[in-house]
Amino acid sequence: MKGYKKYFGQKIIWYLVTLVIAVVLNFLLPRLMPGDPVSAIMGKSVSGMTDATAIQKVYEQYIETFGIDKPLYVQFIKWVQGALHGDFGVSFSQYPRTVSDILASSIGWTLALQLPAIIVGWLLGNILGAVAAYMKGVFDKAILPAFMFLSNVPAFGMAIVLLVVFSVQLGWLPASGAYGYDLIPNMSLSFVWSVFVHYQLPFWSIVLITIGGQAIGMRSMSIYELNADYVKYARFLGIKDTKIVGYVFRNAMLPQITGLAMSLGTMMGGALVAETIFSYPGIGTAMVSAITGNDYPLLSACTLVITIMVLLANLFVEIIYGIIDPRVKAAQQD
Amino acid sequence: MKNTLRNIFHSPRFVVGFVIFMAILLTTIIYPLVVTANPLAMIGQGNFFKPGTYVSVKDTVTSKTYTLNIEAVSNIADQLTDANKEDMRTWLVKYGGVSQEDMDAADDDELVELWLENYDSSVTQSGLTSSAKKAYVRLNDTILSLMDDSDVIIASENEDGELEESDSISTKEYVNVSDVTNKKTFLLGTDNFGRDVLTEMVNATATSLRIGLIAGLVATLIGLSLGLLSGYVGGTFDNIIVFITNLFTVIPSFVLLILITYSVNQSARGATLIAVVIGLTSWTWTCRSVRSQVISLRNRDHVNLSKLSGHSMFRIVVTDILPYVASYVVMALILQISSGILSEAQLSMLGLGPSTSTTATLGLMMNWATAYSAHLNGSWWAYFPVVLTITLISFSLNLMNTGLDQVFNPQLRD
Repeated sequence: MKGYKKYFGQKIIWYLVTLVIAVVLNFLLPRLMPGDPVSAIMGKSVSGMTDATAIQKVYEQYIETFGIDKPLYVQFIKWVQGALHGDFGVSFSQYPRTVSDILASSIGWTLALQLPAIIVGWLLGNILGAVAAYMKGVFDKAILPAFMFLSNVPAFGMAIVLLVVFSVQLGWLPASGAYGYDLIPNMSLSFVWSVFVHYQLPFWSIVLITIGGQAIGMRSMSIYELNADYVKYARFLGIKDTKIVGYVFRNAMLPQITGLAMSLGTMMGGALVAETIFSYPGIGTAMVSAITGNDYPLLSACTLVITIMVLLANLFVEIIYGIIDPRVKAAQQD
Repeated sequence: MKNTLRNIFHSPRFVVGFVIFMAILLTTIIYPLVVTANPLAMIGQGNFFKPGTYVSVKDTVTSKTYTLNIEAVSNIADQLTDANKEDMRTWLVKYGGVSQEDMDAADDDELVELWLENYDSSVTQSGLTSSAKKAYVRLNDTILSLMDDSDVIIASENEDGELEESDSISTKEYVNVSDVTNKKTFLLGTDNFGRDVLTEMVNATATSLRIGLIAGLVATLIGLSLGLLSGYVGGTFDNIIVFITNLFTVIPSFVLLILITYSVNQSARGATLIAVVIGLTSWTWTCRSVRSQVISLRNRDHVNLSKLSGHSMFRIVVTDILPYVASYVVMALILQISSGILSEAQLSMLGLGPSTSTTATLGLMMNWATAYSAHLNGSWWAYFPVVLTITLISFSLNLMNTGLDQVFNPQLRD
């Protein structure tokens, strides 16, 4: 375990550095754009407002939140200080709710939706890929290509198709929200059932498009491993096929785990957009309402939260990887 | 080279992908030559006209008529809504003396027949409010007027400003559709702005492909040159590049895209700008892989020989290293094009796409279709063809990619 400490320590430090840079970018990018975007953003917020006192109010709010009359580094320190205390200011579009309040109510939904969906999609994809590589036949010639096709459907497209078929046409499942609009969140059976029913369409729309991409990667890796010398050698030795297959798939899994970490950001991006189709009350929907409502404090907090979620997930995957990859273990024990 | 190409075109996956992609590409080139109408012209006054041919009513009335001895098909059932039919069934069972079994067995046409036989507004309808009773009377009137096969009278104003019967149309009169001068076919209906979906979509596909291509080229160019340099030069430069690429593979490019595009004013957001921004945020992949390949190549004998011969760094990189990574770079470019198109679509769905008034992209079409609830009101033509097009483009590019992969990585062949 001693060797691992160093490995994990390095990983954590590296992710902290990345986080700092991500935070800086989150702050800096909109401000570095030509034509003073913060005032442009402010212009957007007040466009359409006729009440002079309201405009004045937004203006003051901006000055207070961003301190745009002060130099950039002061603004940054102020912003980071606020963020560390979980204070992202007041939302413009959903005034008087605070940004942290909106985030707190949406993070849970997004996590509960995306985490299981991506993991289930990844698992099913790997199983399909492995089966397609080993059994060939109908799996390799029909089921895998079908899921490959599905994996190219954009997340929001899959969301719309599922919604139209299962909700609008067949009427089996509800079309929007995370629970019935007539219910108040509590632990009663009817509420839990309502959440479960509302969960299905968003969940499966993410799972269905995840399977294909993972399966094709797993299939390639498995074929590659099945043709490796150690497999042939093991067969010569007369080791049972089931045992060999176990080794093969364990080895083929490793790159798949890295693959998952690498594609996590893209997957989450797609899934966030799919959320908006179902008006699922997660970060994606909050982000769209921030964009349409020209609510900059909310948007920047959303992007920050998404970045942190992706970074944490990546860190977690890397730690898992360190534990199960024998090469990392060997390197640490030297 | 010739041999490689032959190998590539022997891969069934590549060929299928190539054919689909070429079909889409050629459509975007040829269609505008045939249909020269402005793809953004708002033709329909109103949302989501369904697909079909629209003929001018005035022209049909004034066209030469032919009398055909055909029994006019009663399509009353088609013109009633499901709610109407449900109401009729309820009334007939409750007050019309029709048994539930007969009712369940009756199809729409039989339902209308039963209604005509049994409906009587003077029956005592206990439990119905008077407004519901009146609604049934109105429903009956509607059905009777649909049944009515008396002539439709055309009147025009005479000099005194009074209406005078000028013509009457019986149910047996027909016009030949080719006689009607003014007609318009919308194969895929119209969208929420009243634009012809098919024409708009072809135009949008072209724009989206262009966005994908620019984004892919920008990303590949940056990734390739940085990867080549950092792999070949090594040292501090390499360290910096590795740091940056590692950084941006974990910071989601999606987030950077949102932050950048949000800061650009909507009127300034053109398709090209979006494409360049997508390219600028997605080059790290290519850079990483090119770099690792260059590192394994840079100590090969032929590279050392080149160095000893005193060739310049530029020449070594271009002639001795680039050919080895070329196949990979082409594959990466293909994937970048596909993900560029998807990125644009996602940005547009969030409301951060190119400005709508000047361009149509696949993402913008999706955004407007969902904003006007096309998916909830049954206007499938406004979103389904778009989803299918995005899927087919992405699918064909991915197929080409796997096909190439099998040709260049013999280990993956089964």
